[in-house]
Amino acid sequence: MNNQQQTTTNGVSTPLPQREGKGGGSACLFDKIWNAHVVQNVEDGPTQLYIDRLYAHEVTSPQAFDTLRDKGVKVFRPDHVVAMPDHNTPSDQQERIDDPVGRKQVETLKANCEEFGIKHFTMGTKDNGIIHVVGPEKALSLPGMTIVCGDSHTSTHGAVGAIAMGIGTSEVAQVLASQCILQSKPKTMRINIEGTLPKGTTAKDVALYIMAQMTTSGATGYAVEYAGSTIRNMSMEGRLTLSNLSIEMGSRAGLIAPDETTFAYLKGREYAPKGAEWDKAVEEWRKLKSDDDAVFDKEVTYRAEDIAPRITYGTNPGAGIAIDECIPTLEQIPETDRGQFLSMLDYMQFKPGQKLEGTPVDYVFLGACTNGRIEDFRAFASVVKGKKKADNVVAWLVPGSWLVRQQIIDEGIDKILADAGFELRLPSCSACLAMNPDKVPAGKLAISTSNRNFVGRQGPGARTILASPLTVAASAITGVVTDPRKM
Amino acid sequence: MAKEKFNIIQSTCIPIQIDNCNTDLIIPARYLASTTRDPKFFGDAFMHDLRYDADGKPVADFVMNQPAFSEAPRQGVHEIIVGGQNWGSGSSREHAAWAIAGYGVRVVISSSFADIHRNNLLNCFVLPVIVSPEFQQELFASIAADPQMQVKVDVPNQTVTNLATGNSEHFDINSYKKYCLMNAYDDIDFLLSNKDKIETFEGTHPLNPSL
Repeated sequence: MNNQQQTTTNGVSTPLPQREGKGGGSACLFDKIWNAHVVQNVEDGPTQLYIDRLYAHEVTSPQAFDTLRDKGVKVFRPDHVVAMPDHNTPSDQQERIDDPVGRKQVETLKANCEEFGIKHFTMGTKDNGIIHVVGPEKALSLPGMTIVCGDSHTSTHGAVGAIAMGIGTSEVAQVLASQCILQSKPKTMRINIEGTLPKGTTAKDVALYIMAQMTTSGATGYAVEYAGSTIRNMSMEGRLTLSNLSIEMGSRAGLIAPDETTFAYLKGREYAPKGAEWDKAVEEWRKLKSDDDAVFDKEVTYRAEDIAPRITYGTNPGAGIAIDECIPTLEQIPETDRGQFLSMLDYMQFKPGQKLEGTPVDYVFLGACTNGRIEDFRAFASVVKGKKKADNVVAWLVPGSWLVRQQIIDEGIDKILADAGFELRLPSCSACLAMNPDKVPAGKLAISTSNRNFVGRQGPGARTILASPLTVAASAITGVVTDPRKM
Repeated sequence: MAKEKFNIIQSTCIPIQIDNCNTDLIIPARYLASTTRDPKFFGDAFMHDLRYDADGKPVADFVMNQPAFSEAPRQGVHEIIVGGQNWGSGSSREHAAWAIAGYGVRVVISSSFADIHRNNLLNCFVLPVIVSPEFQQELFASIAADPQMQVKVDVPNQTVTNLATGNSEHFDINSYKKYCLMNAYDDIDFLLSNKDKIETFEGTHPLNPSL
């Protein structure tokens, strides 16, 4: 493959400045990790990239295991693979799955893991949870790694300073069979966020803001690195939320250079290196940052002070506004986009120019790989403490893992939630994607901490507003879309 | 999944003029809970919630149900989809590519594709063809004027031609993938054939803590 040229997604070959990795010259974080994993560059073709960690879940893996059986091959490096069911898992009880099709998928994953000798975190046990919550919190995802999973939100793990990408099932089979994938190297983009986030504004709002600025395809063809003082001051949970949403602007990867925050988060966790190994690892991980003179194919900077609590009004995550703004009027939308704009609003039952603050909501959802971590539950609890849930609202509060759930209980957050009329459910992807019993009924309006507001995403006909845990909490108390700064 | 070698495809098209047509629309999540790869199952689920209403009745005004476009793909007929920009965004589900392939489509033309879906299409032997927005809009206009118009996709020469206007564009595909498509060769076969390189690499790569 020619290092001087990169095929972009719109099919135009663009000359790039020479980018080097190990062996001298300046390099960005993405290039350093990528270059350290190149097995070979196929001539006028993709790169064969070595993968340190493959995660597998029940939905996108069964056909990959079939491929291995068809070809008569074993899993090449079973000790690099971790599997757990999360999409079909119910959040009300985990003794059984009533839906026979979902149950079969979960059972098939377990059987495949037994057959091929892969570590499997069984539903309902303390190790289980959403992959993108469990991976970082068990330190299965570490700085400098290449990480893949048959799930677009694999970008989450980039927050620890790794190249983490969602892949398809054919590629899952490739990694199972060879611990490698064939990928064309993406272009690089650095997104800088500078300054202090205003009160009531979270990492989720930062991500929703960036998406509204860049559109949901603004980073297609790129791997993004997040940098700047806002990111440096952001908690690990916040960074995981931000990296999680990289895919919603088209970027498969969202990296954040590891620093003291990263090391403090990972240290002592179950699969983190221990003792002298830890010290040695940290020494290596400190080198994982973009060189001062690194060149990116694109670089953008946003100011934290411009970001307010955000909500979406449409059926893609980029169709969003600050919570105190109105939906754009038809005149504000380019003429060529008006048909799709109106069709989104028709589905959402909203009108151009409408203010959404004060709109009654039917469902609230706290959870998902986006906002199912301990900090999200702390934030939610800080808003609802001493108040009562609105009677018109059905609330699903779903921790991202059993570890998160235990920490919620250890910190007494469950009592604050119970006093306010909220029930804490069991770890699951839950209402994010309508593959388990937590579905929002047709026509109902949900305000949700999940990642996608697509048509039918939370259930056929369901309408979704994406927001932060603070905004969702405020809305759960009032029963209408509510600005958390006013609580 | 049958792998048919690519050469020249000339066919009428199905226009799905939806920008940001995400993979949740291409196949809703409830059709993902399958453990097999039955082409008919996934083909029937293709664009399901736009094709059918809540009672399972075809939605008459959706393009795939209109008489001019409702015929199932076969050679020369509806083997090509012309889609809106940012085709296949969102979820990584390869089931979306299985749905397109299962329905019988061999080529998707758009001005832009989401990265993961584009790879998935290629791995399922469906060719994603990236054209300019102008060429894409002209295709939509030509199909609207005459649903019987044909498009020619010449893989060896990497050209796509609107046979109604005669306009043609070059499209990009790397030599390796072109070879795969024209010879029905899989990435996994390639990877399995160079295990020695992988093991050599592992000898120099600091392996992360094992489980």
